[in-house]
Amino acid sequence: MARPGTSTLVHAQVAARGRALVRPGWVRRRVGRLLFYLIIAGIVVYSVFPFYWAVTSSFKPSVDLFSERLKWIPSPATLVHYVTVFFGANFGKNLLNSLIVAGGVTGVALTLGCLAAYALGRLRFPPRNAVLYLVLAMTMFPQISVLSGLFVLLQALRLFNTHVGLILSYLLFTLPFTVWVMTSYFRGLPRELEESAYVDGASPLVTLLRVVLPLTGPGLVTTGLLSFIAAWNEFLFALTFTVGERVRTVPVAIAFFGGATAYEVPWGPIMAASVVVTTPLVVLVLLFQQRIVAGLTAGAVKG
Amino acid sequence: MLVRHQTRLAWLLVLPTLAAVVLVAGYPLFQVIRFSLYSADIARVRPPKWVGLGHYAELLRDPDFREALWNTVRFTAGSVFIETVLGLVVALVIHSQFAGRGVVRAAILVPWAIPTVVSAQMWKWMLHDIYGFVNVVGVQFGLLSRKVAWLARPETAMGALIAVDVWKTTPFMALLLLAGLQLIPDELYEAARVDGAPAWQQFLRITLPLLTPTLTVALVFRTLDALRVFDIVLVMTGGGNRTETLAVLNRRILIDFQDLGYGSAISVVILILILLFVGLYLHTVGRTLRED
Repeated sequence: MARPGTSTLVHAQVAARGRALVRPGWVRRRVGRLLFYLIIAGIVVYSVFPFYWAVTSSFKPSVDLFSERLKWIPSPATLVHYVTVFFGANFGKNLLNSLIVAGGVTGVALTLGCLAAYALGRLRFPPRNAVLYLVLAMTMFPQISVLSGLFVLLQALRLFNTHVGLILSYLLFTLPFTVWVMTSYFRGLPRELEESAYVDGASPLVTLLRVVLPLTGPGLVTTGLLSFIAAWNEFLFALTFTVGERVRTVPVAIAFFGGATAYEVPWGPIMAASVVVTTPLVVLVLLFQQRIVAGLTAGAVKG
Repeated sequence: MLVRHQTRLAWLLVLPTLAAVVLVAGYPLFQVIRFSLYSADIARVRPPKWVGLGHYAELLRDPDFREALWNTVRFTAGSVFIETVLGLVVALVIHSQFAGRGVVRAAILVPWAIPTVVSAQMWKWMLHDIYGFVNVVGVQFGLLSRKVAWLARPETAMGALIAVDVWKTTPFMALLLLAGLQLIPDELYEAARVDGAPAWQQFLRITLPLLTPTLTVALVFRTLDALRVFDIVLVMTGGGNRTETLAVLNRRILIDFQDLGYGSAISVVILILILLFVGLYLHTVGRTLRED
């Protein structure tokens, strides 16, 4: 065997000749590029695979679902779990409840939030920062910390186990966000807007509705979408402030999907229900990608 | 328009929001603090009895509370640390120019878009002890010597929960950090390249220091979220196998045991814990706001 010294020397010579043949750094750049794309592929697979697996699982007959031979694609495919979800369970009702609650709270939060944000962003309002920080403090509130207080309040108002009760409690986490993002949108508009509107004799409220709001359409869509998603996904309040099926929303239904017996977990229907509630969200998020990213990061990066 | 007039209108517009804040946050919070000083059940069957700080003294001796506190700390530290590192890697990758960048950015949004309860169920199925993807593939490819009941063993349950949380929230972290990266002017890197600084030095000397404000905000944001973790734990383990966190314990005492007083005391402790971090948050964000 050659001494280590010789082998290094040979290596160096080979490497030198190699460098003469190909442009310097070419191989390294190639390998680096390959590695880079491998990392990217890894990220994409890691992000998307669990959802893909839920989708395939939802189309597999139970025989294939509960088998140790994995099938990457459902064959044969079946809709039996979807049928179970919609006809064997109350899932349609759960979906409707979720729509009412998430839609309702988004509407209320946008209405209240825009009025407040207009005052905070465009009008002379001395306690502006105090109000903004008060509202921000509310965002930071852990839901669990007001659970017992809200529970007793909703019972006293006779709003326990009602849609209105859930909508009211969801303002806790949708309203602050709406106020903050809309305030920053309003502040970004040019001053001349209202001035010309005032000159034309429009009152501030008319200015808000006719001039300012139409210009903040994108902002409204983003905040509306984010608060809708937050409400659609909420679990703790929905679990605690509802009893039985009447107002039960989708997350609670999915968390407690029961099988025929207490020991049998119906994974097929659970995956089918998961796909049904997730698909519209994924589509919405992909459609509004840019705006959502802007909305999510606006508060954090710019302050 | 008259200034006085404008201020009055502003008050009028802000009033509904302030009323909502008082109704759903202020008043309930006041009540929670008051309840914590009484011995009472949530259905109000017995008349409430004043116990002062008794519940708080009891908390100090309660092994369940101590364990929940420890579990919450474990969960928070583990998930936030891994999310930050992974998020930074993903952000750096997306920040560079390459074909199909939009597709990757869209793909990482998928976990974020999926409701927490749903992702918990999806992962619970993937981690199923017999038919779960992780076990079957793990054994097939020799990564696991035998199947593991991930969620049924105290040694692995918390790790599994952290893994799911990491999957769910790394996108948020990555997007925040990406926004921060985009604020760093390209000229700095160009200058470094001209001076012949290698990539790792550019990362340590330019990227990391200039990203620190964003990193801090993202860290605090995520910490706040992790400290109140509830959905993942309740769905995946129900709080069993050494995974019960403060929020899960809190709801169990409050709703399942109907103990309004003691449950409220736990709520107050969670709030104090979180307020410490809010203070930190306001400190950092307040500073960037003033600099604006």
